[in-house]
Amino acid sequence: MKLLLKIWRQKDGSSKGKLVDYPIDHIEGDMSFLEMLDVLNQELIEKGDEPVVFDHDCREGICGTCSLMINGEPHGPDRLITTCQLHMRRFNDGDTIVIEPFRATAFPVLKDLMVDRSAFDRIQQAGGYISVNTSGNTVDANAIPIDKHHADESFEAASCIGCGACVAACKNASAMLFTAAKVSQFALLPQGKVEAIDRVQNMVRQMDLEGFGNCTNTGACEVECPKGISLENIARMNREYLMATVKG
Amino acid sequence: MGILDSKVPSGPLADKWTKHKNDIDLVNPANKRNIDIIMVGTGLAGASAAATLAELGYNVKTFCYQDSPRRAHSIAAQGGINAAKNYQGDGDSPYRLFYDTIKGGDYRSREANVYRLAEESVNIIDQCVAQGVPFAREYGGLLDNRSFGGVLVSRTFYAKGQTGQQLLLGAYAAMNRQINRGKITSYTRHEMLDVVLVDGKARGIIARDLITGEIERHAAHAVVIASGGYGNVFYLSTNAMGSNVTAAWRVHKRGAFFANPCFTQIHPTCIPVSGDHQSKLTLMSESLRNDGRIWVPAKAEDAQAIREGKLKPTKIPEADRDYFLERRYPAFGNLVPRDVASRAAKERCDAGFGVNKTGEAVYLDFAAAIQRYGSEKALTSGIKDPDQETITKLGEEVVEAKYGNLFQMYEKIVDENPYKTPMMIYPAVHYTMGGLWVDYNLQTTIPGCFCTGEANFSDHGANRLGASALMQGLADGYFVLPYTIGDYLSDDIRTGPISTESEAFDKAEAEVRANLEKLLNAKGAHPVDYYHKKLGKIMWNKCGMSRNATELKEAIEEISALRADFYENVRIPGGLNEMNTELEKAGRVADFLELGELFAKDALERNESCGGHFREEYQTPEGEALRDDKNFRYVAAWEYKGAPKDAKLHKEDLVFENVELKTRSYK
Repeated sequence: MKLLLKIWRQKDGSSKGKLVDYPIDHIEGDMSFLEMLDVLNQELIEKGDEPVVFDHDCREGICGTCSLMINGEPHGPDRLITTCQLHMRRFNDGDTIVIEPFRATAFPVLKDLMVDRSAFDRIQQAGGYISVNTSGNTVDANAIPIDKHHADESFEAASCIGCGACVAACKNASAMLFTAAKVSQFALLPQGKVEAIDRVQNMVRQMDLEGFGNCTNTGACEVECPKGISLENIARMNREYLMATVKG
Repeated sequence: MGILDSKVPSGPLADKWTKHKNDIDLVNPANKRNIDIIMVGTGLAGASAAATLAELGYNVKTFCYQDSPRRAHSIAAQGGINAAKNYQGDGDSPYRLFYDTIKGGDYRSREANVYRLAEESVNIIDQCVAQGVPFAREYGGLLDNRSFGGVLVSRTFYAKGQTGQQLLLGAYAAMNRQINRGKITSYTRHEMLDVVLVDGKARGIIARDLITGEIERHAAHAVVIASGGYGNVFYLSTNAMGSNVTAAWRVHKRGAFFANPCFTQIHPTCIPVSGDHQSKLTLMSESLRNDGRIWVPAKAEDAQAIREGKLKPTKIPEADRDYFLERRYPAFGNLVPRDVASRAAKERCDAGFGVNKTGEAVYLDFAAAIQRYGSEKALTSGIKDPDQETITKLGEEVVEAKYGNLFQMYEKIVDENPYKTPMMIYPAVHYTMGGLWVDYNLQTTIPGCFCTGEANFSDHGANRLGASALMQGLADGYFVLPYTIGDYLSDDIRTGPISTESEAFDKAEAEVRANLEKLLNAKGAHPVDYYHKKLGKIMWNKCGMSRNATELKEAIEEISALRADFYENVRIPGGLNEMNTELEKAGRVADFLELGELFAKDALERNESCGGHFREEYQTPEGEALRDDKNFRYVAAWEYKGAPKDAKLHKEDLVFENVELKTRSYK
């Protein structure tokens, strides 16, 4: 198929960027979206131009590296997948596709379609862990039975890949879904309850410091999340935060 | 033993590790604060070690090329992690896990290392649960297990098809806690380009900041390489796009021996290649072989009709299907080890029974499992006399709960519903058992340079069993290296900080710069990927699932010629002092072009078949691998001598005191 790509090009963080048109031909339905960009980049290099820079790594939807706003939607038009899992059969011959970076104050553009998401790391560093040293002498793993329902819910929350689609989808660029997923993973487990108060307070404080916006419950994050992280996690984090404020 | 001293402690197998831990020197807590350690790579092996070393009090600097430590490719491991917990009461023990691993590796790994791995496996699960890793559980609240290939017990712990993700996020969380305490400094989007030796000891690295392009110097008292495997030498593999051999290879070029480079794992259940545009291959977890049955049509004309799109697999009656693994290996059936399953699939496809348009695919079928689970679910749900439709629906729900994410991944890539029509799979490069040679302390042949996880060679011999890579990464990082590195560092308590202002650093930085400039100055015609794909084709066709002397010799010549062409005709736009993704790739491909040749040389030198290394000249009449224990019961450790063809072979004899060497049989 033949396509017109409109791609955001930006030299670096301090330069201004713009959308540039790239017509492209001979794209097959079995190609992934990123393989389509590979084809474009090979053509650009052979012509002596600089390739389009975009983040990607595992190309199987789990590392959370790939991003991209594709026609205004994080990870493109399909639900519950990342950009690397999107295939060109989803598009039609003659389509125009607009490709932009994930945009948020807390995610500055580094080059072209690549953004800096280290704010997410700093939120995790503020409290996204259980303070247990490595020893080989912790209690036996089966000493604490955990009911399957809670264990499964905790797993669902923990399956967040930290891609930032929730932030890109939100009109306020809020990171509530991301932060809430980690808070929930631990809040749902007995091991996590010991530090629950400090954890939620520290993580929310860091989230605010990073310049993410407020949550106004529009739910766009849940819709666009490639891993289907539920809004219930935000409700749970709000409860945890309220409890922490009362108890703390 | 020559210059290769494995430093395996004396004494009975089961006591070696405990004895060693009691014998080695410790560094007192106050002195640890004065010692710096560099960790290259933040996957399971790197992140777990970084966190543990920082907890102990060392100052740690971590380096990863990804934008966050959490994105290292351990994240993509699907099926699970083995541990000899014997929670299922099915007769498991550390000895049995040790034995399975030694046998699975076709008797080409070191007994003492493997026993230690089995011993520590139980601690990993305890540690991870304490960290809040949400493993799968049963309704009674206890941990669930499943089976993996090559074993007869259920010892695999898992978190759906995302076990690697959950374990890595656990180790990343442990790292984050230390970053927050200031004990770890995390350098992301940084690539290590050389190790710096001062007075013969590893004392730092040269790294490039991938955002600014700046070349940086970092000093430390010890350097740990935990940079993963080199499967991407084949271009197409299940590895991440960025996975590379560069850190390990640069260390090799400075004096660390590279062991068994030809030992590669070709994983049987991957989604087949669809076309020339393909950039990577996607694994379908081995756990699927718990429930999926592998088959091809028994009649060649049916296979041809399928390839031509004239026949659907669901229309082929049971009697006309060849469940070739169940036929050839009745004892282990679909759960034979990976090397055996891969070769059996290739054998059927080569014989003309492949089922996709390229002829390189076999079926992985869940229909029987869906019926079995559906009937069981109907019973436990109190549904009397369920009709076929109800059974299928219930069965599909059970299969979805077990493998939902994998089925979804398959459907997205192939555009077919695997609940309704069998999956198509084909072997693909997945893991590399070879790597930097290390002794029992995980130290390379460069003093002060250690290596953990997939990047080293030590635990999996010639073939790795499923669910043991995660086990090794975490055992090395949480429970082995933190002890053994202390023994080395105990001599460094009076050394004081290492300066980056020295001749050694000047020289290493100048060389790194010169190499990058050399790449940039080649104003040729072809992008880096052009060369990478060509290399991958040579590797897959001549050093892949089966090898022979003639083709290996050709591969050596072809790779050498391709390397020369690369330096002359590669085209890299952009400059050195800026973000330059093509330059990053070029550096990695340059190293693959050297490693690939050594790989072929190693495969040529090893005149036997063992595990994943199958030499066509050495097979039984039934087509099984024919090992030669008399002549090849050793680790091949290669010393760098300027060009891959000049590499010098050193042999570490493998001594088996506890297991009897047998022909590996899964029949």
